[in-house]
Amino acid sequence: MKRRPWFLFTMLAFGFAFFYIPILSMIVYSFNGSRLATVWGGFSTKWYASLFSNRQVGAALVLSVQIALISATVATILGTMAGLALARFTKFRGRLLFTGMVTAPLVMPEVITGISTLMFFILMADWVGWPGSRGFTTITLAHITFSMVFVTTVVQARVSQSDRAIEEAAMDLGSRPWQVLWDVTLPTIFPAVLSGWLLAFTISLDDVVITSFTTGPGNTTLPLLIWSKVKLGVTPDINALATLIVLAVGAGVIIAGIVLNRAEARRARDERLAYRANE
Amino acid sequence: MGPQTRRHPLAEWFHRRGWSDLIIGLPYLWLLVLFLLPFVIVVAMSVATRTPTAPPFGYGGDNPVINLNGYARLLHDDLYIRAFLTSLLNAANAMILCLLIGYPMALGLTRVSKNWRNVLLMLVILPFWTSFLLRVYAWMGLMGKNSWFNGLLTSLWNWATPEGWAVTSIPMMHSNFAVVLVMVYTYLPFMILPLYSSLERLDPALDEAAMDLGTRPFGVFLDVTLPQSVPGIIAGGLLVFIPAAGELVIPTLVGDAAQPMIGRVISDEFASARDWPMASSVAVALLLIMVVPTMIYSHYQAKADTGERK
Repeated sequence: MKRRPWFLFTMLAFGFAFFYIPILSMIVYSFNGSRLATVWGGFSTKWYASLFSNRQVGAALVLSVQIALISATVATILGTMAGLALARFTKFRGRLLFTGMVTAPLVMPEVITGISTLMFFILMADWVGWPGSRGFTTITLAHITFSMVFVTTVVQARVSQSDRAIEEAAMDLGSRPWQVLWDVTLPTIFPAVLSGWLLAFTISLDDVVITSFTTGPGNTTLPLLIWSKVKLGVTPDINALATLIVLAVGAGVIIAGIVLNRAEARRARDERLAYRANE
Repeated sequence: MGPQTRRHPLAEWFHRRGWSDLIIGLPYLWLLVLFLLPFVIVVAMSVATRTPTAPPFGYGGDNPVINLNGYARLLHDDLYIRAFLTSLLNAANAMILCLLIGYPMALGLTRVSKNWRNVLLMLVILPFWTSFLLRVYAWMGLMGKNSWFNGLLTSLWNWATPEGWAVTSIPMMHSNFAVVLVMVYTYLPFMILPLYSSLERLDPALDEAAMDLGTRPFGVFLDVTLPQSVPGIIAGGLLVFIPAAGELVIPTLVGDAAQPMIGRVISDEFASARDWPMASSVAVALLLIMVVPTMIYSHYQAKADTGERK
């Protein structure tokens, strides 16, 4: 006989209320007509209107997306290489150091990554004259560095799970290794690479601390813009901006989740069919 | 599984052709230059001497080659000790609260039907993908003096307590309470997910066997479920504790400026006081403190792995 665990279900309900009430409240107050952010003054969409006419916000968004696109792509390439190396090339010189360098950034407090990267850039400018000024390039380099290790973790886990026998079979059937990598390994790990890219993209798009240390004058990303405003308190236009971001990200995550699930299901089905055909 | 002595043919070929050098070498080189070198700079900077030059540090010459002043100040100056204690206390409180809230939630997730489970898991992960800064900001809106949430809590307080204790609002913002609350809010998914994955693997037959032998449900939880979920508790606990202890954004926005956490101290020493050696000393000390729980974690992780292999 199965009894329903009411206590657990109540906790779940409370937990989800805890997760979503602050966000819902923020969304509701973005339609607040009052200038006071927390006192209700009737329904209005004026903060959205003022948001869309704000050039600063647009420019910051464009800069953030540019940095996120470039850094996520480079981080995915480097991170996938590192994940493949760690999962498939069992022995190589300096593997221990490599493992350490791939793990350490995951637990490093952001503020330490921030000051170390900034000191590195300042000292490099002093010693070798590069980087001449801080901004787009330095932010992107820092983002690539701390997001690639997340890609590595995701890809490495996936490669270790996938069956070596398929690659070996392809080799036995005369495929060249480069072909095997392209036709067998990469398609198998593709969902992991894609979710690694998404992870790197969101991490970059979201980052405040490391960006605030590596940016230069005139390079304000969207989180930095929000950060500078939020430090002064709650304002209705930030509520509106937050609502748009939360809804956009939410929709993006749900769509990506569905796509990834489908891809995964298709891959699993193909694999099953392939095995069945062999029997 | 025994150790793999035979090399994977793919690895063999890549090795022969030098492709493996490329696949390993590129990310290796990247991390050496952009992660390890900056890290080495921090360690070296922590023993440098502060000077009024630009960049503001010096080695040798008039200055000692190794200057341990920064570390000495860490032990003597109240500010640093209190900042470390505040950080550790806030992080520990956040971790415990996350565990108390997250454990029943994770256990509840294993008891709902499969379709519901996927939806609910998605709902746990969703806040994690939305902007961290905005999740902190959402609470700033709720905790402020004039907010509906504060009003609600105020009337609850005034209703529940004797008349003389009545307040007009509850001073939640800019306190350690606010820091812990927002930390619990932002880091709770990190606790729920590892707990869920360790609880999901448990065999329900064990529960039933214990029940059949006459154990009461809470007894089953204490004797069967809880001990088996220890790896999940440790993983979740560290995933909350480690980022919480070094947190900068949350204490800056909702914390008490008079009781800074260590992340804030590092940032202020570096940016406002322009004392690079001191900021680096604090950073190194923070890392050393964090190494301990990380080691415990990998110790348990290794133990859990060998346990599974048996």
